[in-house]
Amino acid sequence: MIDRLAPPTQRRAYGSGGINRVVSPWRAKSVHYISIMLGSLLPLWIIADVMPLLPPLGYMMFIAWRVMRPGVMPIWVGLPLGAFDDLFSGQPFGSGILLWSMTMIVLEIIETRFPWRGFWQDWFTAGLGILLYIVAAMTVSGAPVTSHLVLAAIPQVILAVLLYPLLARFVAWLDRFRLSRSRRIG
Amino acid sequence: MAPPSSRRSGFSKKQQYSVFTGYLLATLGALAGLGLLAISLWQPAIFQPARGAANDVVSPVGEATATVRAGSNNTWDAITGFWRAGSQNAALRREVELARIRLAEAQAVETENRRLKALLGLASQTSEPIAAARLVGSSATSARRFAYIGVGTNNGVKIGMPVHSERGVIGRVLETSRFSSRVLLLTDSESVLPVRRASDQTVAFAEGRGDGLLRIRLINLGLNPLEVGDVFVTSGAGGYYRPGVAVAVLSEKTPDGGIARLIAEPAATNYVVVEPIYEPLAVEASAVRARDELTDAELED
Repeated sequence: MIDRLAPPTQRRAYGSGGINRVVSPWRAKSVHYISIMLGSLLPLWIIADVMPLLPPLGYMMFIAWRVMRPGVMPIWVGLPLGAFDDLFSGQPFGSGILLWSMTMIVLEIIETRFPWRGFWQDWFTAGLGILLYIVAAMTVSGAPVTSHLVLAAIPQVILAVLLYPLLARFVAWLDRFRLSRSRRIG
Repeated sequence: MAPPSSRRSGFSKKQQYSVFTGYLLATLGALAGLGLLAISLWQPAIFQPARGAANDVVSPVGEATATVRAGSNNTWDAITGFWRAGSQNAALRREVELARIRLAEAQAVETENRRLKALLGLASQTSEPIAAARLVGSSATSARRFAYIGVGTNNGVKIGMPVHSERGVIGRVLETSRFSSRVLLLTDSESVLPVRRASDQTVAFAEGRGDGLLRIRLINLGLNPLEVGDVFVTSGAGGYYRPGVAVAVLSEKTPDGGIARLIAEPAATNYVVVEPIYEPLAVEASAVRARDELTDAELED
């Protein structure tokens, strides 16, 4: 099948705008990164003394952006964003880099295998990704994995998976803001 | 939605190479992450400067959220206080009367204590706290239980110093940077604290389980003398914590000890104090391994 490399309907998604729809280049290139980094920072300011309380918001923002807007971030972006997350997450340095990079690669493979997607499939993919991420992060956290630790993580996993559709709507709203017209001509 | 076709490389050599480079960089990134992870599990302190600098930058924001948290705690307490106010009032009156009697007894014991200490010629050791700070953050998404405080090496905080709230032990300093420090909370599964029962000399270890409870493991095995409701305090063994600070209350008995709840919950505290290491010599001595050999200079001493 012969198709154009960048059809006009797709062009806006990557920040090129259209007639009288000029987007702000800074905003189009930075909103996703800033929102993911804020997601990494936010759980730091909550005191959780008993068990992991919050879902991994940074990772969830990251996977939501990746699922909602494939191709807006380069595939190697797990390295810098994962390193930033490692600085604040309390995990040993390197676990974020490894898990976020692997997420990018795996999602790329899934996408070539199942190109057509919908809401339920996106939720399933992201939910499975979040579940695997929490389990893998627990395994490499440096603490021995005991039954108590696993039990304490179950509420976190459930909350994270249920929160994903809401976060996806938020990311969609951020994406509209990212590509909204920056100035009106005429 | 199908993936956008703009990402298909087609016949463009340039596009093909850039896709290939992307995959290559991503794989290299994952491998770099694996290497860094192995290094930081092997030598946990190696990336401490980077983490410390990052936390120095964000801890001022944590001060603001800590203030809000303290305020909202108070509001919530005030609202919940209206329920059962009458019956609570009567119960509190009875408790205060009992507490007055106990206080008088305690004063008597204290004076006797002072007299006996004077007889023995022991100097009473009071340790001045190094610094007071707010808990500005924690690792809320990780399986580990760390907290961050807004004081660091500039305030004299050093690694290993115990952190107390007004109710009891919170944890101890694990990493320091200039304006912030990382605290290992008692509930972390790597935290072990020597304790004793407040009423007698039954010694035990309080280990974090990772789910908010502490596991009390008796050192002398045999008949389990513990009972639900027993209060545990630090024993001073190991040299980090001064003895007699409240740690936990036993809530359940097990064959080798019990399960205990924290007395000082970090989320409910407003301010914490960093105290100096109780016996630095004991801490140093515990770092010497059984097979270390003395140098010539040390042999001459």
